[in-house]
Amino acid sequence: MRMSLHISADGHLRFYRTFICVIIAGLLVFSVTTAHAAAQRLTLTGSSTVAPLVNEIARRFEAQFPGVRIDVQTGGSSRGINDVRKGVADIGMVSRALKPGEEDLHAHTIALDGIGLIVHARNPVVSLSRRQIVDIFTGRITRWSAVGGDDARITVVNKAEGRSTLELFLEYFQLRNSVIRPHVIIGDNAQGIKTVTGNRNAIGYVSIGAAEYESRRGVPLRLLALGGVAASVDNVRNGNFPLSRPLNLITAGVPQGLARRFITFAQSAQVHDLIEAQYFVPPDAG
Amino acid sequence: MQADRLLVWVLRGGATLTALVMLLILVFLLFESWPALTGLSLIRFVTDAAWHPLEGAYHLMPMLLATLLASSGALMLAVPLGLASAVFIVFFASPRLAAVYKRLIELLAGIPSVVFGFWGLTTLAPLINEWHPPGASLLAAVLVLTLMVLPMITLTAYTAFVAVPDALLRNAAALGLSRWGMIVGVALPAARNGIIAGIILAAARALGETMAVLMVAGNVVQYPESIFDPVRTLAANIALEMAYAMDDHRAVLFVSGLLLMALVMVLSVLAGLFERHRHA
Repeated sequence: MRMSLHISADGHLRFYRTFICVIIAGLLVFSVTTAHAAAQRLTLTGSSTVAPLVNEIARRFEAQFPGVRIDVQTGGSSRGINDVRKGVADIGMVSRALKPGEEDLHAHTIALDGIGLIVHARNPVVSLSRRQIVDIFTGRITRWSAVGGDDARITVVNKAEGRSTLELFLEYFQLRNSVIRPHVIIGDNAQGIKTVTGNRNAIGYVSIGAAEYESRRGVPLRLLALGGVAASVDNVRNGNFPLSRPLNLITAGVPQGLARRFITFAQSAQVHDLIEAQYFVPPDAG
Repeated sequence: MQADRLLVWVLRGGATLTALVMLLILVFLLFESWPALTGLSLIRFVTDAAWHPLEGAYHLMPMLLATLLASSGALMLAVPLGLASAVFIVFFASPRLAAVYKRLIELLAGIPSVVFGFWGLTTLAPLINEWHPPGASLLAAVLVLTLMVLPMITLTAYTAFVAVPDALLRNAAALGLSRWGMIVGVALPAARNGIIAGIILAAARALGETMAVLMVAGNVVQYPESIFDPVRTLAANIALEMAYAMDDHRAVLFVSGLLLMALVMVLSVLAGLFERHRHA
């Protein structure tokens, strides 16, 4: 008994020694690879609307150029701008056009995002004026009959605070979120579409790409025209649809080296499928 | 001997690790909510006009109330139903039927919450909407939560009933008690502690449930005037806004996490009191 214990202890020792050697070897290999990757590293920070798309683009870029490591962090458009100005990030992600006072930065549009108002397909209303939309969302109009629809109570579907869709919607209609009287608050586009298709008297707003995709698949919803312009991906692409915005990558100066290669890649036709998969619209080639 | 000592240390290590994880979560929550706890005066969580974090209004009370209402509503429905199911399995069903029925309940317990949420969003909420718009409401949340905690209550009550000593039941039968009298007078009191522990567990689950509630409750931050009004729970609030929140907004979301944790702690203290009561 005593004998076998000794042997097993010895075996343990040998095992540990091998184990430690393996770990040291692993650490060496790891440090070498990270040192190599550090030379080819790109950091992007900013808008949480743009980040998922950029993440996909970055993964494809990394697959094409091994040895490049791309780090994507969210934190809002304003963080993207701050980080690029301070030099913390190589590229910022901003889900709007640059404002006056931001002329020191360079914007590179990689996609467009349009927001469309959606109702159930069986709702007879096909178009609403700007005034009517504001009145519906602020609770001054509460029945569809007031805008030419059925005699039923309107269910207003709004987005949760912090979502960029909400931000764009509020900005376009010059509203504050506290004056909106919602009946349902949703998170993402899919939930918004499910809510409206499940409620004949609901009205909400989602990314046009997502709504058009679902309605083409036969889901019972309709995009409302806005200011006489049909809410369609085509009208977002050609810039006619008013409730839309560019998704930009921004840099502090004219981009150089790896940053420039990445931006060119993100603007090329190679990533159009990724842009469409996120329900955004690739900008016109011209 | 040596193996024993090793085992003791491994167990000690495991236990410490588990306790540490719990402590770390608490420390993390405190750390992340610190800017809100020190920067904003705490009274604002109670006195602000509404929840509009982007406009600097952080009223948390409607969400606290909604969380409590949704959970207690679900328990009110699930406790009688669950107890009835457990009594049925143990005392009334034939062994064969009991086995099938119990398997069904276990299946119900295994359904992921997001599936309940999806069903609620596409079926339950539209149904309620036909009756009383907008459909997504406190009622929908209560019903979905009921379905989710019902199997928990049933299974823990079942275990508690099965653990009641046979001798007690046989004595009751020998005294000529009816089956109903035996269940109410003997089995139920004997199984009481196990049943209550199950209810407390179910309550904790209902308080923290996120996805399913997020999908059916409507998520409007308000004090509901009826069960048809939409509400937002604390857990749903975190899930809805965390991904897009910054600075104070983010910190306040962690405060709602702390609040939720405090609720669960109160429950666990309650559970502990019952436990002590049993041993006393």
